[in-house]
Amino acid sequence: MGMGQQAEPALGRPPAPGPKESDGRTARRPLALRLLARPEVGVFLGAAAVLVFFLIVAPSVRQGSSMATILYQSSTIGIMALPVALLMIGGEFDLSSGVAVISSALTASMLSYQLTLNVWTGVIVALAVSLAIGFFNGWMVVKTGLPSFLITLGTFLILQGVNLAVTKWVTGNVATDDISDMDGFAQAKKIFASSFDVGGVQVKITVVWWLVFAALATWVLLRTKYGNWIFAVGGDKDSARAVGVPVTFTKISLFMLVGFGAWFVGMHNLFSFNTVQSGEGVGQELIYIAAAVIGGCLLTGGYGSAVGPVFGAFMFGMVNQGIVYAGWNPDWFKAFLGVMLLGAVLINLWVQRTATRR
Amino acid sequence: MTDKTTGSHGAVLQDAAPQQDGPLVELRGAGKSYGNIRALHGVDLEVHSGQVTCVLGDNGAGKSTLIKIVSGLHQHTEGEFLVDGRPVRFSTPREALDRGIATVYQDLATVPLMPVWRNFFLGSEMTKGPWPVRRLDIARMKTTADQELRNMGIVLDDMEQPIGTLSGGQRQCVAIARAVYFGARVLILDEPTAALGVKQSGVVLKYIAAARDRGLGVIFITHNPHHAYMVGDHFSVLRLGTLELSAARSEVSLEELTNHMAGGAELAALKHELAQVRGVDTDELPEESDLTAPVAHSPEGTP
Repeated sequence: MGMGQQAEPALGRPPAPGPKESDGRTARRPLALRLLARPEVGVFLGAAAVLVFFLIVAPSVRQGSSMATILYQSSTIGIMALPVALLMIGGEFDLSSGVAVISSALTASMLSYQLTLNVWTGVIVALAVSLAIGFFNGWMVVKTGLPSFLITLGTFLILQGVNLAVTKWVTGNVATDDISDMDGFAQAKKIFASSFDVGGVQVKITVVWWLVFAALATWVLLRTKYGNWIFAVGGDKDSARAVGVPVTFTKISLFMLVGFGAWFVGMHNLFSFNTVQSGEGVGQELIYIAAAVIGGCLLTGGYGSAVGPVFGAFMFGMVNQGIVYAGWNPDWFKAFLGVMLLGAVLINLWVQRTATRR
Repeated sequence: MTDKTTGSHGAVLQDAAPQQDGPLVELRGAGKSYGNIRALHGVDLEVHSGQVTCVLGDNGAGKSTLIKIVSGLHQHTEGEFLVDGRPVRFSTPREALDRGIATVYQDLATVPLMPVWRNFFLGSEMTKGPWPVRRLDIARMKTTADQELRNMGIVLDDMEQPIGTLSGGQRQCVAIARAVYFGARVLILDEPTAALGVKQSGVVLKYIAAARDRGLGVIFITHNPHHAYMVGDHFSVLRLGTLELSAARSEVSLEELTNHMAGGAELAALKHELAQVRGVDTDELPEESDLTAPVAHSPEGTP
């Protein structure tokens, strides 16, 4: 009865065979275009190109141990890039994610050391603190309706100051004391910062966590209700609210997920280096955001994947280490990243216009 | 044209579902103030099963405020809001949905970048499996969405295409089909034809009639009296936040409805102003007496 059945002649093409009736007006887009419409395809090609490039110009990259180093570097960015990407798909930013990593590590380290507790107590309290920071960010954004850029810029500055001031006040120093001889340290290190042997090459455990989290994030994003809600609150939060999606819960929980990521990376830093430098972490938040954007996540929300940021982070790790292996001046690293970021944004723009055109 | 629509409409009405005793949704002297701005005041409205209640009004007349109260986005600050005869006060759209009141918004009906099937089930997703691995039942959702859309006469090749690539009329129809599928008893349509062409508007009007024939109570918000008169059973015209006209179909003609909607007296004044502008032929425009003809003078409706 509707206009949909008023079949108009298809443009010189016979109607597609198959059981489904088709009105012949929405010609199926070519496979290449449909593939390109996937958010992670562009970054996959980019990552492959960067890998091939460095395999050619820097022979030492071909060794297993170099690859393990590159993957390790990628994983420390990648673990954080995942929740940052989910948050971005959900339509928000977190500028405090870089210093929040350090806040979490400082909490665990100083609490355990000063009170001479088992390090696990510090680890658990740090988790609570990280989730609370995430909750605060999310709650402020949802309740005030202000851009998350502003709210988390505030949190970023607060945490940066608190990290320095409290560390100096407690330890009299800008770094925390070494906790490597404390109860539970060895056990925690096994989980957060150990290595294992793969064919004679030492691979860091964070690489495994990174891939596990990525698989989990992909499943949640594409196969669960919650994933559906993430796309919806980022794509159009008023529409989402109007059809009954719990927008407040979704947004706050996404910020808390970033808190969880900050806690995990913070624990890795702590159990890897035994002490924490309180002034670190500044600028890392932009690296995470860049990895997510290079990974095909739309800055304005509603579009993206969890696989894309994995390749985005890999590109970062690859370029970072590749420059060193190629024997170039590492000062060029940031310039390289900037070019990659611009390239990725332009590709995303083009893909979105071509692939979603009517 | 008016006679023709009335004729076909009458025929359809005979097939309509039997009416319940009371109205599904009722507003009694309802109003809403935002701070010291009174957006809506003293509005009475009844929505019956199997009937289309049209709410007309110019921009800023209070139409949006009215539907926001009924759909649970805002709360009324005066008067009463009854569902099935019981006073209610919704704090979220979810509560309204749970009582069977679904709203299809003009601008916020769908999430453009999400696939059609995800949009269709957004907020009411089908799942399978026990909790830790409870996941979307994608195959079932795609099939169901496709089936429901075909029932409404929309045939899509690809349920995966972003809904933003559909035409405005198709998006409205998807939203209506969704509301009907999820068991809406009352369907609120916020200017569904405002941004559409003539043909697409016709499609949407057909679905409004289809929804009515399935026994739903429909609130049809529009500023187009012609569209309203094609499907409406009752007409409420809002002006500056108050009810200017509330009449059943038998009590009002399309001309009168158009005049009320356009603001007869204002049009007459506009005509006077236009008469002083060169190049506008005011002789063809109706006289003030025609434009301000009171409703009571022609109680039998269509002349």
